[in-house]
Amino acid sequence: MSAPVLSVKNLKVNYGAIEAVKGISFEVFAGEVVSLIGANGAGKTTTLRAVSRLLPSEGEILLNGKDITGTAPHKLIDEGLVHSPEGRGIFLNMTVEENLKLGAFRRKDLKDLESEMNACFDMFPRLKERLRASAGTLSGGEQQMLSISRALLSKPKVLILDEPSLGLAPRIVQQIFQIIQTLNKQGMTILLVEQNARMALKVSHRAYVLETGKVRLSGEGRALLANPEIQAAYLGVT
Amino acid sequence: MEEFVQHLLNGLNLGAVYALIALGYTMVYGVLQLINFAHSEVYMVGAFAGFYGANFLRLTDKPGWGAFALTLLMSVVVCSVLGLCIERFAYRPLRNAPKLNALITAIGVSLFLQFAGQVVFGATPQFFPQVLEDRTLFQAGAIQIQLFDVTILSVALIAMAGLHYLIQYTRTGMAIRAVSFSFRSATLMGINVNGVIAVTFIIGSSLAGIAAVLVALKYPKIDPLMGMLYGMKAFVAAVLGGIGNFRGAVLGGIIMGLSEEMVVAYLSSSLRDALAFGLLIFILLVRPSGLLGQMKVEKV
Ligand SMILES: Nc1ncnc2c1ncn2[C@@H]1O[C@H](COP(=O)(O)OP(=O)(O)OP(=O)(O)O)[C@@H](O)[C@H]1O
Ligand SMILES: [Mg+2]
Repeated sequence: MSAPVLSVKNLKVNYGAIEAVKGISFEVFAGEVVSLIGANGAGKTTTLRAVSRLLPSEGEILLNGKDITGTAPHKLIDEGLVHSPEGRGIFLNMTVEENLKLGAFRRKDLKDLESEMNACFDMFPRLKERLRASAGTLSGGEQQMLSISRALLSKPKVLILDEPSLGLAPRIVQQIFQIIQTLNKQGMTILLVEQNARMALKVSHRAYVLETGKVRLSGEGRALLANPEIQAAYLGVT
Repeated sequence: MEEFVQHLLNGLNLGAVYALIALGYTMVYGVLQLINFAHSEVYMVGAFAGFYGANFLRLTDKPGWGAFALTLLMSVVVCSVLGLCIERFAYRPLRNAPKLNALITAIGVSLFLQFAGQVVFGATPQFFPQVLEDRTLFQAGAIQIQLFDVTILSVALIAMAGLHYLIQYTRTGMAIRAVSFSFRSATLMGINVNGVIAVTFIIGSSLAGIAAVLVALKYPKIDPLMGMLYGMKAFVAAVLGGIGNFRGAVLGGIIMGLSEEMVVAYLSSSLRDALAFGLLIFILLVRPSGLLGQMKVEKV
């Protein structure tokens, strides 16, 4: 097997005296969808933030074989690492359009930007209708659509999504997971964090189950779906 | 009536200068949520930069637009460098420290520059060189419009229009707005937050440098403590308009300038400086977020 696109080894993250991530290791290979699942407070978001270098950490983080622990976080987008954060990270003081343009902030070639934006509008027609509106007036679901669209305009090679389905109506949740699959079929590598473990495991090639800052279990998405322990703890099967 | 029109014009002029300085307070507050008390000393240093630069180049030999523009430029460059240094060496090391620490540091830097100014420039007032000659452009009864008044107002308006364009329509402006909203989200867009903060200090300090030369043109007496009064009034203007809000800073500056002029004209000149404190207390009691400020939306 080829080398992983993203390889995290023995990652440790502290918030002051609190040790939120206690030595997590995982790998993401090109073309995979990999999920991190786990209860609230398990350390999923913290792990993603450390990968994007928003938080200092111990351990190794290799992107395409290169250690990025010393890389300035704003430069990671140049390496194709794009992160749609928990809470969506929308600039509520700007318009929808400005938010989308910020996705392409560092891009050098902008000639396809318009057609890429149109592709986003095909996915989420609502965004086109609200293009000139202040992003602060968007509903939670619309903000999530904006966050995902904006991340796509950053031209990710590895896309990090932290709870993309949070707070969305069931129909939109379905749509988001379909989009994840479509993007993946087009070759995009995706690192996903989800509360909706069932949906996440269905679309994931592999997944890691986190528990209080450690990897409890890992395996193929399907295998974990069928695992009675997982079913009881995360899928509500009794 | 004519007298009133004259006061209106004077007040507007003074207000435009307050607005320029207030914009610097507001910009830095916007990105760092810090009241940059050293801003008034950047303004003071701007006046001295113009003073030394213009004297060194003997610009008074050929006063005119060229000499004036060159003086502005020297002041802007020196203020930018000073603002940049203050950010880099005083505030950046405290970026993650409690806000109070940074605030105390800001006061410290301000005092330091006041004393350093007295040592370096001397405590006795100096007279700003006449790089431009004043003349009466228009006279009708009691209304008199001087070249300096028109210059001050136009330069201030051009600077503000330039700032508006920069903030609203350029990539840099978008980055500044993004950083003002959230460091973390801005970083995820690939924005270099430290770079943007530095640029914000450069712009704010440049505006102070412009204001300093404009004021010194009309009131040429300059001294190392001159920043205190203008700085304090501009700060009140920024709070009045809603600190962090650009239009608020301009509005606050204009209100401040007009009310000061009117109070002096129709009440008593001894109230000139008390007015600012009165306004500050009033606004903090009645509408602490300022006229155009919003109650802070919690950042996500
Ligand atoms: N800024 C912070 N300061 C201190 N502790 C924090 C901070 N952020 C998170 N934590 C703690 O770190 C632990 C992991 O938090 P994290 O946000 O990574 O969990 P999560 O798995 O993403 O949870 P959720 O599913 O609720 O989003 C939690 O115990 C949390 O309380
Ligand atoms: Mg989380």
